[in-house]
Amino acid sequence: MAKYLVKRIFYLLLTLFIVITVTFFLMKLLPGTPLQNQQKLSPSQQHLILKQYGLTKPVWQQYLIYVGGVFQGNFGTSFQFSDQPVSYLISSRIGPSLLLGIQAMIIGVIPGILVGALGAIKKNTWVDTTTTIVSILGISIPSFVLAVLLQYFVGLKLQWFPIADWGGFSYTVLPTIALAASPFADTARFTRTEMVDVLNSDYIELARAKGLSKWGVIYHHALRNSLIPVVTIMGPLAVNIMTGSMVIENIFSIPGIGEQFVKSILTNDYPTIMAVTIVYSVMLMVVLLITDIVYGIIDPRIRISGKSN
Amino acid sequence: MADEVKLPADSFEPLDKSKHLDSEKIAAPNLTFMQDAWRRLKKNKSAIIAMIILIIFFVLAFGSAFFSPHNPNAVNPQLANLPPKWPGVNINGLNGTLVQAGSRVNAYQAAGAGAGVHYWLGTDYLGRDMLSRILFGTRISLTVAIVATAVDLLIGVTFGLFSGWKGGWVDNFMQRVIEIIMSIPTLVVVVLLILILKPGMSSITLAIAFSSWTTMARLIRAQTLELKEQEYVLAAKTLGESSIKIAFKHLLPNLSSIIIIQTMFTIPSAIFFEAFLSFVGIGISAPQASLGTLLNDGQKNFQFLPYQMWYPAIVLSVIMIAFNIFADGLRDAFDPQTKG
Repeated sequence: MAKYLVKRIFYLLLTLFIVITVTFFLMKLLPGTPLQNQQKLSPSQQHLILKQYGLTKPVWQQYLIYVGGVFQGNFGTSFQFSDQPVSYLISSRIGPSLLLGIQAMIIGVIPGILVGALGAIKKNTWVDTTTTIVSILGISIPSFVLAVLLQYFVGLKLQWFPIADWGGFSYTVLPTIALAASPFADTARFTRTEMVDVLNSDYIELARAKGLSKWGVIYHHALRNSLIPVVTIMGPLAVNIMTGSMVIENIFSIPGIGEQFVKSILTNDYPTIMAVTIVYSVMLMVVLLITDIVYGIIDPRIRISGKSN
Repeated sequence: MADEVKLPADSFEPLDKSKHLDSEKIAAPNLTFMQDAWRRLKKNKSAIIAMIILIIFFVLAFGSAFFSPHNPNAVNPQLANLPPKWPGVNINGLNGTLVQAGSRVNAYQAAGAGAGVHYWLGTDYLGRDMLSRILFGTRISLTVAIVATAVDLLIGVTFGLFSGWKGGWVDNFMQRVIEIIMSIPTLVVVVLLILILKPGMSSITLAIAFSSWTTMARLIRAQTLELKEQEYVLAAKTLGESSIKIAFKHLLPNLSSIIIIQTMFTIPSAIFFEAFLSFVGIGISAPQASLGTLLNDGQKNFQFLPYQMWYPAIVLSVIMIAFNIFADGLRDAFDPQTKG
């Protein structure tokens, strides 16, 4: 396990390094400077501003400075908000994004597991059909469509929750539901498939033959065994939520990273775009690493064979 | 010991052979792979309904290039923001009336439109016909999704086949490349590519294609690793077939079900990405429209003119649902053993 972990962390760092390098040089390819009203500035003024951003040095020096800075948490200065370090911009905005993401994960995954398991237990009844339809809808309807629908019906017509903005808990309800729909549907579908498989296996037959109660069999044997593979989809679910957050935060005007990312793209704020790209990649890699480790811990088969593939 | 029974030869009567000549005959016609899949697909009612809905959308969207009720780009400021009006129908929402400041007014009269003027789905903020714009937008969304999927298919299948067939360090290296690409969120890759290629229809297509081929490549590689151990591949090698010919004659036909299934799941995700990017504002740019930009336009004033958001939202959702149900059906039809 330790050897595996070291190897994984090495790959993680290598990937991170490649991501930083690629985004840096891609951004260098793009036109655009931090200068505003370029025509009105004299060449010496322009030079001063560029120097302030460190853009007068040769590209390879800029690159080394950038990489060195990133590992110390320094992502340069934003083009859009002058004098604002990008790291401050991000750290002040990561709170709402994380809160929404974690809430969405919880209210998506736990009900998803329950609904999926119920669908499998009541296979081929109306319960199963309903859960299947709900999960197809959840997978198909884009999160931003759901978000505007929620905003219109629940926010505007029923006035149960605020339409937009960021304040207390009630402001997080609608965006969380919009974000949670796709993880909910994915988990429900995946759990159902796994559970149907498990319920047909010999050890369930044996557990029943031993005389365990129906729910005892389901809880101790079926559900636990079908949950193991469900851990593997946590990575993709986290990606879904990250993707969704970009547009959901925009729709509900939430001061999070996703909203900042879109703004930076629209205003060509390259240092911020690079920083958010790196932050997103790190989050995804960490989630993938954690799910792999958890998977290794909870699945005895992998634990014993030492996951050597 | 039992007594020996003696049977005279005439106690046996030979059967008439000609009666049983076809006892071994296979009466049903031989089914090809595609026919077999189609036979199973036909039994899946929801998949067939989804397929019919998709065909209708395709015909309408691509047919509207030739017969559109109005020009989707014709601006008519005088007739801006008119609600839907169906001739002869008098249901609120479809009769050309709007609720303004608490009372229902006839928007068509207020705008001074002639008696014969009616827009099935209303007009947008520039007076453009919504129905034509939605058909036009659907066409662009579908085109982007299908072209992106085709490019994705080409890259993914080639990469996967090559990696699986070569094996060894080549395979190892190519898999590491895929792993690195996969640990960057797809959306970030798409956004970076679009920034470099400048927003527009072709760049969005390429960006979606370049960032989504990894799943296909992995599936194809895994299956290729299995297929290349098969005896018929060994036989082909022994007979001196070139690798390229083996790939086309032996591997690709056996990979076709995976390719078809994966393609059907890639298309809706490409539609989603296109709508997503256009909704955020970095996708299709004006005057072109896609379902994402229409939805974005509609969302801006949905408090007062909700119909401008409903129809793009409904069309996008229905297309996504139909594609997903159809893809599920195809998977069951092509690969009855997979769970799902």
